[in-house]
Amino acid sequence: MIKVERLTKKYAGVTAISNLSFEVAKGEIVGFLGPNGAGKSTTMRILSSFLPATSGFASIANYDVFKESLKARAHLGYLPENVPLYGDMRVGEYLRYRGSLKGLHGKRLRRRVDTVKELCSVKEVENKLIANLSKGYRQRVGLAEALIHEPDLLILDEPTIGLDPNQIRQVRELIKSLGERHTILLSTHILSEVEMTCTRVIIINRGQIEASDTPENLVGQIRTSGTIRLEAITGTDDPVSWIEKIPGVKSVITSEEDGWRRCSIRVEAKSDPREAIYRLAVDRQWVVRELAQERATLEDAFVELTHKDN
Amino acid sequence: MRRLITLLQRELSAFYYSPIAYVVLFFFLVLNGLSFWFAIAVLNRAPSENTVVQVFFNSAFFWIAYLLVFPVITMRSFSEEFKLGTIETLMTAPVRDWEVVASKFLACLIFYLSLWLPSLLYFLIFGWLGNRSALGSSGQLLAPYILLLMMGMFNVALGCLASAFTSNQIVAAMISLVLTIGIFFLTLINYVVNSSSPLLREITSYVAQLDHMDSFSRGVIDSRVFVFYPSMTFLLLVITYQVFQYRRWRA
Repeated sequence: MIKVERLTKKYAGVTAISNLSFEVAKGEIVGFLGPNGAGKSTTMRILSSFLPATSGFASIANYDVFKESLKARAHLGYLPENVPLYGDMRVGEYLRYRGSLKGLHGKRLRRRVDTVKELCSVKEVENKLIANLSKGYRQRVGLAEALIHEPDLLILDEPTIGLDPNQIRQVRELIKSLGERHTILLSTHILSEVEMTCTRVIIINRGQIEASDTPENLVGQIRTSGTIRLEAITGTDDPVSWIEKIPGVKSVITSEEDGWRRCSIRVEAKSDPREAIYRLAVDRQWVVRELAQERATLEDAFVELTHKDN
Repeated sequence: MRRLITLLQRELSAFYYSPIAYVVLFFFLVLNGLSFWFAIAVLNRAPSENTVVQVFFNSAFFWIAYLLVFPVITMRSFSEEFKLGTIETLMTAPVRDWEVVASKFLACLIFYLSLWLPSLLYFLIFGWLGNRSALGSSGQLLAPYILLLMMGMFNVALGCLASAFTSNQIVAAMISLVLTIGIFFLTLINYVVNSSSPLLREITSYVAQLDHMDSFSRGVIDSRVFVFYPSMTFLLLVITYQVFQYRRWRA
């Protein structure tokens, strides 16, 4: 659905993205992650034919976004960052206007407007001026607008920014349900959102792709994946020297609090020595009150991949 | 074509949603009313060879209203899209750049023309009340309106260009005001240089809006107007299109 090859964009003196290449297949929900200024918005703006690239190739639904821009745009629903809307229009009127701009008319336009109003739950504000809407409604009006012509591809630039937790949940559910019929590329800073909604994650940093994989695999790959927490009374034993003997353990850090030893045990990727630690504890008659594996999150993967150089 | 009409509808409705339209209409009506009252007062004072149409279209009230209206009409056309960021949603919809430029220009022009309709009503009522001879012939009444269309399209295009330069409406209005009034004052060179420089006189006569109005309101139609203003309008719109594209690609 999206094809990007060696895409480069330079602003006066600054390279926003360099040699970016990736593909998004039909039906995927791809999360586009990266720190601020990594080039996410720039890439999305190029894909939506709003900005020309300095060099490289990009296509949507097999239409070149530079040469066949109108056709590419007809297949695209785009929600820009901060959702720019006309404050002087009413919600229903705005959706009708955008629908007819995107080539709908007559009965089909009316039907689509009703459908997206229902889908994004903006029906109750359809006669309100957009200028008087809350942030959550603005966001949903923007989303309704992007959906109005049933595009094959949705590009959403930070669709949940500025929403409250309930609204975030609603929008997330909405995106998930849209994923059944549309291909979606979305950027966000909320990583739990990506873990819940996306089938694939592309992490970009300083204009280059750092990783592209499923959220699970990304989390699995990273160094911090194996940390085990142990809290026990170990008596006269020094737990560090005992635990370090267990195969698969890389290092142990301990601290003490009210007689309880708290150990943070780093282990090699894909090894799980919890059983061995349990046996050791039984053997040495330690009193254990906690033994748990700390799960790495996408946040860890994000931090690791985008802070590699620091 | 359907897209252009959709865009045009949006641009026109934007005028009537904003309070600016009603403020402009109000002051325009006041100035037109003054101009009309002035015309009748002049004709009542002493016998005159001038028709009421002539006096109306050559009064200071008329020119003030005419010159000040362009910046106000055109200032928001492009500036606001840049300022609100709606340029991004607009240009990522399947519309061509020229369609956007054309729709904005046409909307401003249509609004401008609608401002002159009340004055046409004044003359019709004036004629109907029985003073048909003071009105002159119907061609004499129509000619100034044709000129208003010609000069109007040029000034509207100038205002659109100014608006495409900046995302600040006030700045756009100032640029447009300076350009409109600057070009208007070129007429005066005509009077200053007099006959000493025939070439300069010849050149400025193309943009001499005061002179154009003087002859058109007498019913004398000058064909130069029909070539100069439409072609200059086209040129200005092409430049506007280029500036608009440049700004959006740099955004």
